[in-house]
Amino acid sequence: MTISLPPETSSPPRLQPSGWLRYFSFSVDHKVIGLQYLVCGFVFYLIGGALAGAIRTELTSPVSDFMARDVYNQVLTLHGTVMIFLWIVPVVNGAFGNYLIPFYVGARDMAFPRLNAVAFWLIPPAGLMLITSYFLTGAAQSGWTAYPPLSITTPATGQIIWILSVLLLGGSSIFGGINFIATILKLRRPSLKLMQLPMYCWAMLGTSILVVLSTPVLAGTLVLLSFDIVAHTGFFNPTLGGNVVVYQHLFWFYSHPAVYIMVLPAFGLVSEILPVHARKPLFGYVTMVYSIMAIVVLGLIVWAHHMFTSGTPPWMRLFFTIATAFIAVPTGIKFFNWLATLWGGRISLNSAMLFSCGFIVNFVLGGITGVALAQVPFDIHVHDTYFVVAHFHYIVFGGSVFVIFASIYHWYPKFTGRMLNEDLGRLHCALTFIGFNLCFGPQHWLGLNGMPRRVAEYDPQFTLINQISSVGALLMAISTLPFLWNVIHSALSGPVAGDNPWKALTPEWLTSSPPPVENWIGEAPLVEEPYGYGVPPDELDLTATSGRDLWSSGK
Amino acid sequence: MVLALGGLWIGQNINLLPIDASANAPIYDELFKVLFTIGSILFIGIVGLLVFSLIRFRRRSGQLGDGLAIEGNLPLEIFWTAVPAVVVLFVGLYSYDIYDRMGGMVPLAHDHMGEAHDEQIWGGISSGSIESAIATNALPVEVTAMQFAFLFHYPEGDITSGELHVPADRPITLRMEAKDVIHAFWVPEFRLKQDVIPGQPTQLSFTPTRTGRYPIVCAELCGPYHGGMRSTVVVESPEDWDSWYRDNAKAAPEDETLTIANA
Repeated sequence: MTISLPPETSSPPRLQPSGWLRYFSFSVDHKVIGLQYLVCGFVFYLIGGALAGAIRTELTSPVSDFMARDVYNQVLTLHGTVMIFLWIVPVVNGAFGNYLIPFYVGARDMAFPRLNAVAFWLIPPAGLMLITSYFLTGAAQSGWTAYPPLSITTPATGQIIWILSVLLLGGSSIFGGINFIATILKLRRPSLKLMQLPMYCWAMLGTSILVVLSTPVLAGTLVLLSFDIVAHTGFFNPTLGGNVVVYQHLFWFYSHPAVYIMVLPAFGLVSEILPVHARKPLFGYVTMVYSIMAIVVLGLIVWAHHMFTSGTPPWMRLFFTIATAFIAVPTGIKFFNWLATLWGGRISLNSAMLFSCGFIVNFVLGGITGVALAQVPFDIHVHDTYFVVAHFHYIVFGGSVFVIFASIYHWYPKFTGRMLNEDLGRLHCALTFIGFNLCFGPQHWLGLNGMPRRVAEYDPQFTLINQISSVGALLMAISTLPFLWNVIHSALSGPVAGDNPWKALTPEWLTSSPPPVENWIGEAPLVEEPYGYGVPPDELDLTATSGRDLWSSGK
Repeated sequence: MVLALGGLWIGQNINLLPIDASANAPIYDELFKVLFTIGSILFIGIVGLLVFSLIRFRRRSGQLGDGLAIEGNLPLEIFWTAVPAVVVLFVGLYSYDIYDRMGGMVPLAHDHMGEAHDEQIWGGISSGSIESAIATNALPVEVTAMQFAFLFHYPEGDITSGELHVPADRPITLRMEAKDVIHAFWVPEFRLKQDVIPGQPTQLSFTPTRTGRYPIVCAELCGPYHGGMRSTVVVESPEDWDSWYRDNAKAAPEDETLTIANA
């Protein structure tokens, strides 16, 4: 935004600020935009985390005593909206997508650099508007789902501001999605084939297809909802002949794919991290690609499993049960392929690897509860309870957020040119993993035994478990401290990383750290085997192997 | 093998659910046990494999080389595509069967709500015991959900109550309507939940089996006092329920009440 030049530059004047100020500017460099997304998203993560802390504080006692009941509903609405639309979606897509995709396709920037900058600069105002609505008028109170008629009958100003900011964020997401599709399909370096791309490109291609197909549906729905609120139309207002279940269909037509928008890029990032630190090729590249595309297709036809108790006809319940459960198949393929990638590797147990493995553990549990939730009779009991809360936090926190941290540990040397402290990183990983499981594991039991979600007060028999859960949340809050210290301290005085500290083969490591504007001095490298790690079984390097390895490889 | 047996043991012996108090709750618990067993086997298996790999294949000091360059193994990949597909299909068909036994697949309303209601009933579980003659014996109760309470009205005795009193071992049919926003009627001990949607009457049938007092919980965010929107379902022996009913009934003649109670 500020177009002021740093005073010490003696080089010819440029149109863009070139020092640290460029991170506050309308820069069109994809790496700057990526880091803008990342840091901005992290600020919102801290805000969303503080909101979560408020929720867990309220729930340490069974009565509503920490904040007013309507404030509690505002807090839970903001928590959900901030974490989804301002932290996970922008970071797994915008941050890592913008930073990595041009490298991976061998391009010097994204297809539409200015659109890219616009997409980022929609986020801070939308986020600020959403947060300040709490202080000015009171934020929306109807949850991040904003089901009418509740969203029509709660105070209108907060709800309208919520709709506006979600529309802006959805717009940002669509711009980003179009940009990624164009970049991956059209900006590939000559002679680089689609099936030679790193897996994250495929994940982003699938994700962007979902974004472009489903986000407009949410936008249209929210525009209709705002008409109902402002102009007293009757699309979703039952007293005017509207239908509230139609809103739920339209909302979940976006919001279930939104789960894959948060998770598929994470799958892609893990597929980049594991081979590097296990020193093995990614296992089953082709099946990984097909399973991503299968998840994209299936992800579009499962939305009604959020509505099994909403009065859907029996045939629909059956169809969505089967469709939802079948997503477990392509997802399972990916997990087995990752395990096979690790098998027989030379695994460095560093922070990036440990966070990735934490992701696998958490996501497998979340996936198993997900298959259970897809079964109508099971879902009827636990729908809208803490079981569901636990399930989706295992997916989006245990899944996506763990991957975000793994990715920060993996790519930080490239971002800054300096290494992070591994001991602090492992401490961060251990605290996060323990805190996370302590917080959300017991919530499965709460849901099964009768605690609904989004409540400020609950049956006193659940007090102890809720307090355990709150202790877990506190641990998670504490776990960000070593991370913050590590990131700031290492940026200033960490050991210099060099161009390729992990000896990785993907193109972003084949340039300096941090990379120059336009990514490479000279021609972009052609990487035809991004996962060409490892030695063929018959060429084992005898100096670097032990007798046990030889024995286990059958010689 | 150990894994499968361990998973079976966990699934059979660790009970995470509250007590069951309706005819469909034990059916639900069967499904839960199956899912819990399969889930435990998968989770312990995968985590075990992961931890084993991390320890067995960790980089030891002095090792500089890479791992083996294995890029894939088609039969293995087909195997772990086929196995989850079969498991998922089995679970899907099994849960369909469970749902059928819980009464979920019965066409709604038209069969046993009679001709009196022209409006469409929108969904819900029909009955815990379909084969029994519901239509003749079911106790109809009208439920009104509003911010922030449930009201129960017994049309045959013209009783309006804040608590749901039901006799054990007799099918109950709830006809539910919401006045303002969406609510949800949930009794954890019955393993039943149904959204109550304004403008769309919904129906829920069940047969309570165990006497006692169980919470009714609103499970859909409905406003500031959502957490306080609770009530109680009192399952009584038929005799106790009958006396409660007679004490409270206004319009119903004595003999009609008795017929209903004894039918």
